[in-house]
Amino acid sequence: MSDLSALRADFPILAREVNGKPLVYLDSAATTQKPQSVLDAMDSYYKHSNANVHRGAHTLAAEATELYESARGKVASFIGASPDQLVFTRGTTTSLNFIAYGWGLNNLSRGDKIIVTIMEHHANIVPWQLIAKYTGAELVYLELDDEFCVDTSELETLLDDRVKVVAFAGMSNVTGALGPIEILTQAAASVGAISVLDAAQLVPHAQVDVEALGVDFMAFSAHKMLGPTGIGALWGKADLLASMEPTEGGGEMINVVERHTSTWAPVPHKFEAGTPPIAEAVGFGAAVDYLAAVGMDTLRDHERELTTYALERLSEIPDLTIYGPKDVTKRGGAISFQLGDIHAHDIATILDQDGIAVRAGHHCARPLMKYFGVAATARASFYLYNTTKEIDHLVASLHTARGLFGLA
Amino acid sequence: MADLDELYRGIILDHYRNPRRKGTLDGDHVHAEGLNPSCGDEFFLDIAIDDGVVTDAAMDGQGCSISQASGSMMMDAIVGKPIDEVRDIAHKFRIMMSIEEGDNPVDQERPGSVLGDLEALQGVRKFPVRIKCADLAWVTLTDALERAESRT
Repeated sequence: MSDLSALRADFPILAREVNGKPLVYLDSAATTQKPQSVLDAMDSYYKHSNANVHRGAHTLAAEATELYESARGKVASFIGASPDQLVFTRGTTTSLNFIAYGWGLNNLSRGDKIIVTIMEHHANIVPWQLIAKYTGAELVYLELDDEFCVDTSELETLLDDRVKVVAFAGMSNVTGALGPIEILTQAAASVGAISVLDAAQLVPHAQVDVEALGVDFMAFSAHKMLGPTGIGALWGKADLLASMEPTEGGGEMINVVERHTSTWAPVPHKFEAGTPPIAEAVGFGAAVDYLAAVGMDTLRDHERELTTYALERLSEIPDLTIYGPKDVTKRGGAISFQLGDIHAHDIATILDQDGIAVRAGHHCARPLMKYFGVAATARASFYLYNTTKEIDHLVASLHTARGLFGLA
Repeated sequence: MADLDELYRGIILDHYRNPRRKGTLDGDHVHAEGLNPSCGDEFFLDIAIDDGVVTDAAMDGQGCSISQASGSMMMDAIVGKPIDEVRDIAHKFRIMMSIEEGDNPVDQERPGSVLGDLEALQGVRKFPVRIKCADLAWVTLTDALERAESRT
C-alpha cells in the first residue's frame, strides 16, 4: 500500500471530530479538503498583496497581477497547456455554460445534434438543453453497457454532419466510470463537431495532457483538487477560443468600448469579465503545486489501491449493490451503492453519527438515476488523504445501518 | 446510537416498508405533489373531500424512511377527519417538529395521546437536516387543502 498517511497532517480539518468521532471524509467527489499551503497562500495574498489585477500602476496592483497570472501559468502547466488558452472561470459549470452559449448559440441551428452521455452531471446536460431550446438543435444520449461504461456501439449510426457537439465526462461523478475520451474525441472530429470534455472528476485524479487528448474544450474546478471554491478553468483550442463570443461582458474583457460597440481583449482575458477571484486563483495555483509535489502517478496508484480495497470490502456486505465498474482500470474512486431497502439519506444520517461523510441523493445526475431505476444512491469517494482504515470504518458503520433497519 | 434508535423506531420502519394507502384515488379528488429537489424525494398525494370531511386519501412517490413514514402516518391521521381538524393536526405536528411556533402538544411524560403514531417522529428533531424530510408530506397536504379550497 502506498503510504500517503503522513500527508494527512497537511489538512487541518482532518483532525476534527464529528459527532464525537474522528472525521472520516469520504465526499471528495463533491469537494475536497484543503491543505495548509493553499490556506496560507490565500491568506498571504490578502495580508500582503491584495489589489485589483490588470489595472493601476501601483506596487500592490503589480504584485496581485503577477500572482494571478503566475497561478494561471501553474494551472496551465498542470494540464500540459499554454497559459494563453487557460481561462479562469467560476468553476466547471460556468466553463461548460461559456462553451454552450459562446460557441453553441452561435454555431447551432434547427436539426443539429448535440451528443451527450447518460452519465453526465447536470452541468453538462442543462446548458445543452437550454441551447437546444434556443437553436432548435436536438440532444441525443449515449447509454451505458453492462459494466456501467459508456456504450459507443451505436455511435456510428448517430454520426452524421448534423452532429455539431459531442460533450462527455472524463469520469462519472456517480459511478466513477472513466469516459471513452479517445473514441468520442475522434468521433467528433470525424464529422467536424466540437468535443467538450467535462473533466471536473478527471483532472483531480489523473495526469492529464490536454493537448495529447485532442479535445476541443475542457472544463474543471479548483475545489475538487484541493483548491478553493469559486474558481475553475476553461481550456480551449486557440482558434476556437479566438473565434468564440464572450458570454459575459464588462470590465477587463474589452479592448475598446465605444457608445454602441466594443472590441474584445485577447484570450484568455476576453472571457474574464469583471474583477476575477484573485485570492482563489492564488489558492488554485498552490493546490496544483501541492498535487505536483505529491505526483499524480503516486496519487493515482494510491486511489486505485483504496478503490480496490473498498470494492472488495463493500462486496462482502449482504444486500449491497454497487453502481459502477468492478474493474479498477476502468474507474476512479467514486463508489455509488445501495444497501437493501435502506434509503441513501438514511445511510448518510447513520454514517454521519459515526463521523463518516458520504454523499446521498441523485448526485446532480437525475437522468442517470432514472436510467438505473433508482431514486438515489449513497456515494463514498476517495482522495489522496484517505486510508484503508477509513474504509474499514465505513464498512463497520454500514453493518450498523443494517442492524438498525433489521437487515441483520 | 441512542439517537439513531430513537430516529429509526420500529413503527417508523413499519410505515416505511408498508405505507398505508399507497396508490392513487379514482373518484373525485384533489392531487398535490411535493418535491425536495435537493435530495430527490417525491410525495404524491390524492385526497377526497366531501362536505368538509377528508373521506379518502392515497399517497405515492419515493424517498427516505422519514419522508415516507411521515406520509404514511399522515394518511392514518387525516382520513375521516373534518378539514378543520386536519389543519389542527398539521399545525400540532409542525409545532412538535419545531417548524412552527407554539407550545409542544406532546406531553413528554405521557406520550401517545394527541398525535398518535406521529409522535414517533419526534426523534427527527435531533437531526435538523432531516426535518424537511418529515415535513414533505405535510407541505404537500397544505398545498392539497389550498387547492381544494380554491375549487369551491
